Amino acid sequence: MDRIKRLFDSKKNEKILSVYFTAGFPKKDSTVDVIKALSDGGVDMIEIGIPFSDPMADGPVIQQSSQKALDNGMTQNLLFEQLKDIRKVTDIPLILMGYINTAMQFGFENLCKKAVEVGIDGFIIPDIPLEEYSSQYKPIVEKYGLKFILLITPETPEERIRKIDSASSGFIYMVSSASTTGAQNSFSEDKQRYFKKIADMNLKNPTLVGFGVSNKATFDAACEHSRGAIIGSAFIRALEEQPTVQDAVKSLISKL
Amino acid sequence: MNYNVNEQGYYGEFGGAYVPEILQKNVKELRENYLKIMQSPDFIAEIDQLLHDYAGRPTPLYFAKRLSEEVGAKVYLKREDLCHTGAHKINNALGQILLARRMGKTRIVAETGAGQHGVATATVCALMNMECVVYMGETDVNRQFLNVQRMKMLGAKVVPVISGNKTLKDATNEAIRDWCCNPQNTFYIIGSVVGPHPYPDIVAKFQSVISEEIKKQLKEKEGRENPDYLIACVGGGSNAAGTFYHYLQNEEVKLYEAEAAGLGIDTDMTAATIHLGKEGVLHGSRTLIMQTPDGQIVEPYSISAGLDYPGIGPMHANLARMGRAKVFAITDKQAMDAALRLTRLEGIIPAIESSHALAILAEAKFKPSDVIVVTVSGRGDKDMNTYSKYFEGQF
Repeated sequence: MDRIKRLFDSKKNEKILSVYFTAGFPKKDSTVDVIKALSDGGVDMIEIGIPFSDPMADGPVIQQSSQKALDNGMTQNLLFEQLKDIRKVTDIPLILMGYINTAMQFGFENLCKKAVEVGIDGFIIPDIPLEEYSSQYKPIVEKYGLKFILLITPETPEERIRKIDSASSGFIYMVSSASTTGAQNSFSEDKQRYFKKIADMNLKNPTLVGFGVSNKATFDAACEHSRGAIIGSAFIRALEEQPTVQDAVKSLISKL
Repeated sequence: MNYNVNEQGYYGEFGGAYVPEILQKNVKELRENYLKIMQSPDFIAEIDQLLHDYAGRPTPLYFAKRLSEEVGAKVYLKREDLCHTGAHKINNALGQILLARRMGKTRIVAETGAGQHGVATATVCALMNMECVVYMGETDVNRQFLNVQRMKMLGAKVVPVISGNKTLKDATNEAIRDWCCNPQNTFYIIGSVVGPHPYPDIVAKFQSVISEEIKKQLKEKEGRENPDYLIACVGGGSNAAGTFYHYLQNEEVKLYEAEAAGLGIDTDMTAATIHLGKEGVLHGSRTLIMQTPDGQIVEPYSISAGLDYPGIGPMHANLARMGRAKVFAITDKQAMDAALRLTRLEGIIPAIESSHALAILAEAKFKPSDVIVVTVSGRGDKDMNTYSKYFEGQF
């Protein structure tokens, strides 16, 4: 069952909200609680971050959540242990997001195997570039029937966007701006032009906008020329500020 | 056997360019242009003139007579410590800033650990009147006060990095993040033969002036271009890459490299990446990395602030894997003893990084007829605090 495709097919006229959080944050054992709260709160898709000591594509908020998760004792084995009954909790698409180094140590094929076992739908690994993905990892990902979501950015030339669209599956992660992850207050007209340009390319994959989406203004702007948006840092901040994970989800949804 | 980078950016199975999509365009532009630019006659003329008149090249190849007697072989020292700013780092900083200008970039970022590469970068930015931002772990900012002051006096902005362990690897992460946020106007001057392709090759080529000079100088002094042994220290591995570069394919020249064992490779206070590291990806390149079984990067330890990097240049990972280079794990004590020995025999106070290379002279066996060249990558001024503390009461 292709949960990602089902989501995009069923929400043709509505915007999709995908939320990122770091596994093992704020507490070692909060992973499942956070997934349940997000799912109950009406979020359409969840990206589960595998914490890494050196997350070079992330801004300070997600970096700190990763460090905290590692300090809490989070590991990849523990994550799969936590996720073993996750499909009894929710049926929305779940994506693992992490960095190549931890995947290599776990064994990339082992990661795919474990992911399928617990019901994960796909991966986002921002430091596996298109070329390395196509030559080394794509056959393994496809063997396990998983999706692999590649990123495009305002710096990505059109020809390369076509190649990324062709290699990517599930959807394309459209990075809003030249930046690391982290909240921004508004999206400029430049960004709108870039989102529109991509929309006009009629890619095979749907797109979701991420990086800098934090409130109603940025969410609506992100959605204008895409199928939806991804929120990460703003939710991590809510998890830090609110007393419970349920309150954090409520606080996030209320801002949208 | 070819020990240089191949067209895909790999040294054997090490290397590559594992960078986020936002940097792909930048890295591609650099990859497609660096060779053309670096081989153009006007570029060569400009860098040669700066290396000669500004950096003080060629650096001497000095026959260390008293040291030779102790070692029982002919030992020559390649005196990179006599370069402007006190280490070989200036060779690369000059080269990369000229490259940055020809690529149309107006802003420079760099990472630094001990501060030597930061000082070299701040120096060339002052020279070329370019904006300079240096990322430095907060821990290093505190322990390398003098170099921080130098960078500031040179007009650079020094940004203390408070993420992770607040040292070199975190400074490198932060420099890469800055580059991600400013891909259009910013050039990242990497200080060692690390990072995504083509950086390891760029840095190796700019440092290769060291082996180019050794060839000429040894010919004059010994009547032959090839020594029996070349010895250098490796943190990321830039001075070693420069020392070996023109000899890589010449297998009769033995290559010895010293990595920092810290308190010993059987302790957890060590930076011996080649001995203890496992394959992974750090700072854009596939190489050997000190890490936990779950893939979290481990903060290494060495008494030398320039060798405590958890990765290693992909060229060196490959040289070790192929058996082309022999890698020695040198402890703090071996390095400090070697530093004192050189100081007392030759009147040269080396950087602690270089002392690791010098320590191989006491560890390996040599014949009286052997000709050995050891690169003294930097001078010890910056390490005087550490030296005086370590040898407390002995002077």
